[in-house]
Amino acid sequence: MAEKRKFTIPIGPQHPALKEPESFSVALKGEKILGVEIKLGYNHRGLEKACESRTFIQDIYLIERICGICSHSHSTCFIQAVEEIAGLQIPARANYIRTLVGELERVHSHLLWLGVAGHEIGFDTLLMYSWRDREVVMDVLAELTGNRVNYGINTIGGVRRDISEEQIKETAKAIDILEERTKYYVEVAQQETTIIKRLSGVGVLKHDDALRLGAVGPTARASNIARDIRKDDPYAAYAELDFKVITDNHEDIYGRTVVRLLELMESYKIIRQVLEKLPAGDICVKAPRKIPAGEALSRYEAPRGEDMHYVKANGTEKPDRVKVRAPTLANVQSVKTMLQDRNLADMPIVIAAIDPCFSCTDRMTQVTDLADNSRQVWDWEKLRSHGIEWYRQRGVDFTALNNKLKQRL
Amino acid sequence: MIKELFYLLIFPGFLFISAFALAGEYIDRKLYARFQNRVGPPWFQPLADLIKLLAKEDIVPCDANANMFKLVPVFALTAAVASIIYIPLWQSSSIYSFPGDVIVVLYLLTIPTLCFFMGGWYSTSLFARIGSVRTLTQLFAYEVPLFMSILSAAVLADSWSIKDIVNFYNSHPGYLLFNGIGFVVSMIALLGKLEKTPFDIPEAETEIVAGSFTEYSGRLLAIFRLTLDIEMVVGAALISAIFIPFGLNFSPVPAFIITVIKIELVIAMLSLARTIFARLRIDQMVNFCWKYVVPLALTQLLINFLIKGFFR
Amino acid sequence: MINPGKMLKEVLCSLFRKPVTVLYPHVKMEMPVGFRGAIKFSPDKCSGCKLCMRDCPTNAITINKVGEKQFECEIDLGKCIYCGQCVDSCFKKALEVTRDMELAQAGKNKGKLKVTHR
Repeated sequence: MAEKRKFTIPIGPQHPALKEPESFSVALKGEKILGVEIKLGYNHRGLEKACESRTFIQDIYLIERICGICSHSHSTCFIQAVEEIAGLQIPARANYIRTLVGELERVHSHLLWLGVAGHEIGFDTLLMYSWRDREVVMDVLAELTGNRVNYGINTIGGVRRDISEEQIKETAKAIDILEERTKYYVEVAQQETTIIKRLSGVGVLKHDDALRLGAVGPTARASNIARDIRKDDPYAAYAELDFKVITDNHEDIYGRTVVRLLELMESYKIIRQVLEKLPAGDICVKAPRKIPAGEALSRYEAPRGEDMHYVKANGTEKPDRVKVRAPTLANVQSVKTMLQDRNLADMPIVIAAIDPCFSCTDRMTQVTDLADNSRQVWDWEKLRSHGIEWYRQRGVDFTALNNKLKQRL
Repeated sequence: MIKELFYLLIFPGFLFISAFALAGEYIDRKLYARFQNRVGPPWFQPLADLIKLLAKEDIVPCDANANMFKLVPVFALTAAVASIIYIPLWQSSSIYSFPGDVIVVLYLLTIPTLCFFMGGWYSTSLFARIGSVRTLTQLFAYEVPLFMSILSAAVLADSWSIKDIVNFYNSHPGYLLFNGIGFVVSMIALLGKLEKTPFDIPEAETEIVAGSFTEYSGRLLAIFRLTLDIEMVVGAALISAIFIPFGLNFSPVPAFIITVIKIELVIAMLSLARTIFARLRIDQMVNFCWKYVVPLALTQLLINFLIKGFFR
Repeated sequence: MINPGKMLKEVLCSLFRKPVTVLYPHVKMEMPVGFRGAIKFSPDKCSGCKLCMRDCPTNAITINKVGEKQFECEIDLGKCIYCGQCVDSCFKKALEVTRDMELAQAGKNKGKLKVTHR
């Protein structure tokens, strides 16, 4: 308030508002944000490259670990591409189970987001309640797939686990509880004054801006863009299911909250239909170990938006190239527009409102040399030699380990 | 001399008020947890936190003014401890009661806030500076209604001394009913003073890390945390003495027990408020205070003037 | 419609409800049936095809031949990601998942499970 000078504060890479390392340099005048510079690349893990040195079956589990929340989205997206290259026809039951897990994942992701949003605006009670209720769907997922987070239900040619009658009943019961709770949260979000005060009119992304910046998922749908891969390019069992694409014309964070909460209600509808219609039959077809040469692009509506995987196979057990475009990459640019001339206090919730997943997004690391301020992107070999040298200086030598690894492979 | 030292250092001074403050923090945290359907901390958690912080290293930023940085927490603690001397705990009179002590308590309660500002300012970190500026902005928003609401009760009692105010309301309990607005206003202002949600703007952790306290660690942070707890207890004690003064005219032991219960009740109300609201923005907070809370406090003042003119 | 303090009722109800927090590890937690925990190896069923080794995403499992039709299995719990792919790959059903999830160890080498033929 008092200061007239312009100054820049670093939000990240380490900051309590961000759950993952990513840097936002914010130029401030008093409390007003003059501009934001987004720097990605603090969490680059080289997953795409790592995929090339593993077989397709091993890649499923690696791809699944791109994101901790939408793990099923990434693995399904990857597997769809592989199945397309191999020309596999997936049994109907497998498609339904994939849809079921995908929607349960959406439920858990949106409830998680609601809690995070509550925390960012200082409403920890909402965080505690929504995460408590999220446990219900986590338990269902653990029951159905065997894991709470990285489900590992997908395999090339279908799914790995079948669903029993009893599990269907249990899931339906859990969905009833969740639906009731979600109705309550819709009420809270639409009525609690302090929430509305903090959310409405904040992080505005106009319809045209959303189109121009290529926003996806709930971020776009809150700006009244009816874009949903489940509807536009149906995969799995979505073509046979009845559901609505939720849009909202608030164009702000309040709209995004409402879209996510109402999407939860749609998800419950989808899950009920899946449980009812679940066709009988096999859950998996036999897939070849060596995928024939070819390439495919696959799209999937992850909870955060459109996820895209490109896979190129060369006739061996290992892929030639895997490219992942995570939804956050499409959304992160819009943060800049949303924050222009806004209040510093809106910063955390605006970033959180796109439901960012930065480690899914990072594809490269830019190295700035402090001596001459030059910037460069390192390639694989240089990064590798730098890593080896860095550890050697600190007394760790990987040469012996490397040789051992080579022998085993 | 020994008696004075006993008052200052042991009861109701530093030792007692620190223990009471930690108990207050426990009640606050436990209730907060139970409201959120959690288990919450065990009874010794605030004490354990304090001891842990006391055992840690003090880090002073290179650019900070080291003397100010270290002195400011002590100032804040001294002011907060000193204010308990003028609060009645087991009789209607406090130890050193004098005409005008209600104003002194209000001023002593302002000093910690100013110390938070100075501590944040002298630590020269960007987050701390933004936090300290917010502290000061917020101070101007809640201090006026707090003073007006407390003083309007004093106007009706026709005295500037807590002792006389307590005695007046105990002999004329009917008048308390008119102070309802003042009670609500002072509770809102106390939330702002203690920097609790929805007014925890100066230390909003998701925005500016910890506000003024960002650079503080170890013993200095422990002192600041203790100060906030003591401020909470003293503020709650002041509000309960002025707006719910019952029981203070009993014999010392029951009066003391009733006072403690009343203070815990006020603390419980504060933690309920911080459970059910989201944090406001600083502009919304200032707007809210000047648009709604100040007019309410003015209405209270007007009501009390009218009652005083017509009925007394 | 706006309603300040919308959660008040819910919050006050919670005060008189039992907290949902589970005081793990004082209270034991049961994982659902079919949970993918530690991998169990049955040496008498293993044929030594090493398909599990080939499919393991993290090279956590090693099968060694110790004698005629006798194999030992070593699983590095620090590397294992509990995906259960080795169980799916095994034709002889020599591997199976258990619900055991309390696998934390103090020390890197203690996390290696070795099962040999008795």
